[in-house]
Amino acid sequence: MLELKNISYGVEDNGDNKEIIKDLTLTISDGKFTVITGPNGGGKSTLAKLIAGIIKPTSGRIILDGEDITDMNITDRARKGVGFAFQQPVKFKGIKVIDLLRIAAGKDLKVAEACTYLSEVGLCARDYINREVNGSLSGGELKRIEIATVIARDVKLSVFDEPEAGIDLWSFQNLTRIFEKMRAERTSGSVVVISHQERLLKIADEIVVLANGKVKTQGKGEDILPTITGTDAAVDSCSMLN
Amino acid sequence: MADIQMDEIQKRMIEELADLHEVPVGAYNFRANSKLAGRNTTANIDIVSKEDGTGIDIRVKAGTKKESVHIPVVISASGIKETVYNDFFIEDDCDVVIVAGCGIHNCGKQDSQHDGVHRFFIGKNSKVKYVEKHYGDGDGDGKRILNPVTEVNMEEGSSMEMEMVQIKGVDSTKRTTNATLKADAKLVVHERLMTHGVQQADSIYNVILEGDGSSADIVSRSVARDTSYQKLDLCIRGDARCSGHTECDSIIMDNGRILAVPSLEANNVDAMLVHEAAIGKIAGDQLNKLMTLGLTEAEAEEQIINGFLK
Repeated sequence: MLELKNISYGVEDNGDNKEIIKDLTLTISDGKFTVITGPNGGGKSTLAKLIAGIIKPTSGRIILDGEDITDMNITDRARKGVGFAFQQPVKFKGIKVIDLLRIAAGKDLKVAEACTYLSEVGLCARDYINREVNGSLSGGELKRIEIATVIARDVKLSVFDEPEAGIDLWSFQNLTRIFEKMRAERTSGSVVVISHQERLLKIADEIVVLANGKVKTQGKGEDILPTITGTDAAVDSCSMLN
Repeated sequence: MADIQMDEIQKRMIEELADLHEVPVGAYNFRANSKLAGRNTTANIDIVSKEDGTGIDIRVKAGTKKESVHIPVVISASGIKETVYNDFFIEDDCDVVIVAGCGIHNCGKQDSQHDGVHRFFIGKNSKVKYVEKHYGDGDGDGKRILNPVTEVNMEEGSSMEMEMVQIKGVDSTKRTTNATLKADAKLVVHERLMTHGVQQADSIYNVILEGDGSSADIVSRSVARDTSYQKLDLCIRGDARCSGHTECDSIIMDNGRILAVPSLEANNVDAMLVHEAAIGKIAGDQLNKLMTLGLTEAEAEEQIINGFLK
């Protein structure tokens, strides 16, 4: 179980302190498929980075299975079982897909084992295993590889930051299947996906709506979904733009 | 390496240099502490010492295919300073692999220096793959100095792929590579360089694209750590209808310093020349990504550098 207690996070903006996350408290239960959604600029990606340890909160505590991980760095959190898929997959020079999967799995994976992870994200493994993780791969391919590295880690909490970002509609259709499968097959471990996609919201056990750095609503997917699709739920933040 | 007269240190250096664990198949010339330690020639590849004793001539007969030449040099004594001239005469229509390299193991107080001058004369339509590795170790105060000069003369339709590697332990190096390409000749260079400590490395390329249809692609990847210094000077001159590309991609760490000086000179309206140069520290998101996979920051750095120099 992941507990975020009174988390705040601010950045300096032209000398002013701009609070992106404001005294946020949230619990992610075990074994659930949770989708965090909400308007742009609401703090979703910031929250994901706070969980992974890429940024540190200005105040508040982060508790994973009863252990305070607030002051742990990225590595220690990863080793405690936090997985994180970047919104913009990172490119490397000279590091191959199989190298990343081996690092992720923490062992010298056999090629056949590595291929299993790639097949899981819908890539024909043989074509990719020895490719460099660089700009020669398309956005969709990089995204799938990014997701495969998180699956290969097999951790208790996996956070996916906007898997749909930068992906065309057709590729995304395939990508949602990965998450549908993940949800259907995962018995242990919880999955948190930051997303706006209705198809992902539809399969969520839990939906958290984040706006203005706070949890606006949280509840069962079937209860929350009707309140945010086809409604004026995002009007608040739109009116802020005026 | 039963037939080669070398001690254990020298054999280990050879392994580092050429991945050789036994006597290679094909032609070879092993030089250890300025003396010949072993030589083999084949029906198609001849190796003879120059009469004045300054080096060797390697002659590859026309039409020789799928053969290799190994010419490693090892210095394990302190205080040796030598200049060696090796000339490669590759006749027409060959396809050969040449593996050269120099390892210096210096445990003494005096400097050890090897300046190898390699000249290539590559015949028409011949294909050469040239691998050159430089390596130094030993914990003495004496410096390990390597100043290789490579001169390449390429006839029509010939091609050469060069892999130049210097990853460890060489205190001071000035590498000079000059190439002249006739029509339809093609040169591809991959250089990998890493300096650490107080090392100093200069790498200079002067490539002249003389004939129509000639092309050169020079890619240098380097890492400067600690307080080391690198100067990368990549120059292509196009005198004909040709295409040239240089890429200088460097990672800088600690207090390392790098000066990249790519230059292009076009003397023909159909010369297409491009250069790219980038110097920067390891990207933070690369470190973050590998750390989210469970690596420490130091392990992540090592993976990124290993990949970069692969």
